[in-house]
Amino acid sequence: MRLEHPRPRRRPAVSNILAIAHKELKGYFASPIAYVVIGLYAIMFGYFFYALLLYFDRQSMQMAGLGGAQPVNVNEGLIRPVFLNTTVIFLFILPMVTMRTYSEEKRSGTIELLLTAPLTDFQIIAGKFLGAMGLYAAMLAVTLPHIAALFWLGNPEWIPIVVTYLGLLLMGGCFISVGLFISSLTKNQIVAVMATFTVFLMLWVINWIASFMGPRAQDVLNYLSITDHLDDFTRGVIDTKHLVYYISFISFGLYLTMRSVDTERWRG
Amino acid sequence: MIEVQHLTKRYGPVTAVDDVSFKAERGEILGFLGPNGAGKTTTMRVLTGYMPATEGKALVAGYDVLEQPVEAKRRTGYLPETPPLYPDMTVFDYLTFCARIKGVPRSERASRLQSVMEKTQITDMRNRHCAKLSKGYRQRVGLAQALLHNPDVLILDEPTAGLDVKQQNETRRLIKGLGGDHTIILSTHILPEVSQTCNRIIIMNRGRVVAVDTPDNLNARLRGSETMYVQVDAMGADAEGTLSSIPGVTRVSLSDRHDGSIGYEVESEAGRDVRRHLASSVVSQGWGLLELRPMRLSLEEIFLQIITTEDAAGAPEAAAEASRE
Repeated sequence: MRLEHPRPRRRPAVSNILAIAHKELKGYFASPIAYVVIGLYAIMFGYFFYALLLYFDRQSMQMAGLGGAQPVNVNEGLIRPVFLNTTVIFLFILPMVTMRTYSEEKRSGTIELLLTAPLTDFQIIAGKFLGAMGLYAAMLAVTLPHIAALFWLGNPEWIPIVVTYLGLLLMGGCFISVGLFISSLTKNQIVAVMATFTVFLMLWVINWIASFMGPRAQDVLNYLSITDHLDDFTRGVIDTKHLVYYISFISFGLYLTMRSVDTERWRG
Repeated sequence: MIEVQHLTKRYGPVTAVDDVSFKAERGEILGFLGPNGAGKTTTMRVLTGYMPATEGKALVAGYDVLEQPVEAKRRTGYLPETPPLYPDMTVFDYLTFCARIKGVPRSERASRLQSVMEKTQITDMRNRHCAKLSKGYRQRVGLAQALLHNPDVLILDEPTAGLDVKQQNETRRLIKGLGGDHTIILSTHILPEVSQTCNRIIIMNRGRVVAVDTPDNLNARLRGSETMYVQVDAMGADAEGTLSSIPGVTRVSLSDRHDGSIGYEVESEAGRDVRRHLASSVVSQGWGLLELRPMRLSLEEIFLQIITTEDAAGAPEAAAEASRE
């Protein structure tokens, strides 16, 4: 071994992950995807917010007219329904975020760069996951001005709002980890987006049939539903049950992605 | 520096690489030569850790590519067949990203980038998006990426494919200059390229190594006999008879016929120089000796010869395989 060669210093895994995440995030913003996704979400969220605000307004007027004992709670009456209703938008939008993560790299051959660089599969996958989470966080950031306006006009409680955002991040993480996995299975982005959408939709509606099932099956189906776990977060309650669900869901999605990338290597 | 032992790679029922073994010493430039589908790319992909081998072992700079992939990859630079560029990134951003994932320390990044861009002559393109680069520049950016972390081993899959003649020459000169510091494996199907740039050639066919040697040795090995081209103006006389009566000459065949003059290919026993005899007997007949030159087998002929004998030997097996499928 020659000593005069500058040996690349061993770098911590974190900086590798961040390098990939940074590249991913930059990639989203270099293509129209980020702008389309954030723009669409902003429009839809704005509309939902306005519609529910009108509804909330009328309700509080009625309550006031009736001489209601207590004023309507902004958190319960407006913020919570807005977020619960707008989660459906992610169902359509997140597949567009994750579709290219692996498919595009496979199609263009850049996957060869990543897989032959001194990185572990986990670092690549974690980086891609964080990159997509970054874009998702940027989407959520679009909702901040609306919430800020409520603080300016009224006095909502801030803790449930922060907890809601935490719940939304975790829920999005589940979708993204599934999306990553599906993207790692195919070269074709259309296939990736359709398959991801289908799986998301199934996870969304899986407990619709719960009430027709036996008690055991009912519990299982309710537990599997991604959105069901969000409910407590929007109330401002952090329940370990839901945290465990979301975190294990995300880990499982990332694990499947790792297996898929590894299998792909063997298959060639 | 590179050691490959009994490497086999199967894709389902298809054997892409079959029991390949070879070594490369530090500073050596090794050329992989072979028709498409010979297993060159697969061998390279195993060496770079892109895919694992089905059987056998590959060591790069002393590290097993399967057991210690990160250590091996840290010492390997790889240019795949299609340069792995991100179309949305500028050349500079792309190389910065590559430097980050290849573990080039932040303090050295700027200087490494600078020197690599100069070496591959892409400095003017630094702010151009990769999508807008010409084929030649893409190739060079790909090469720059492979050189960034100053690896011990460089693996270049068809580095000159798609370049024009001038660019090909520049790239070859660059690669030649890199040998010595780096151990290089390059694959190609352009024959002059290997004889110009490589110290040793590995000829692959149907997943197997069929020959490993220096270009000169390969040439000598295949020449069982010496062949001379002679062009004479025999003024209608029978030159063929005269030529074949020269001691040492084993065969004379007519090559071409111009008005008045006739060209012959004269084969002689190996190691016996018949040129003096040839010249004097032509002149003593009073004929004109217009041309006399040795005919060397070009690398192309060597290559074809090896491949065809190999194919002829393997043909029954292949036919059996085909009928089974």
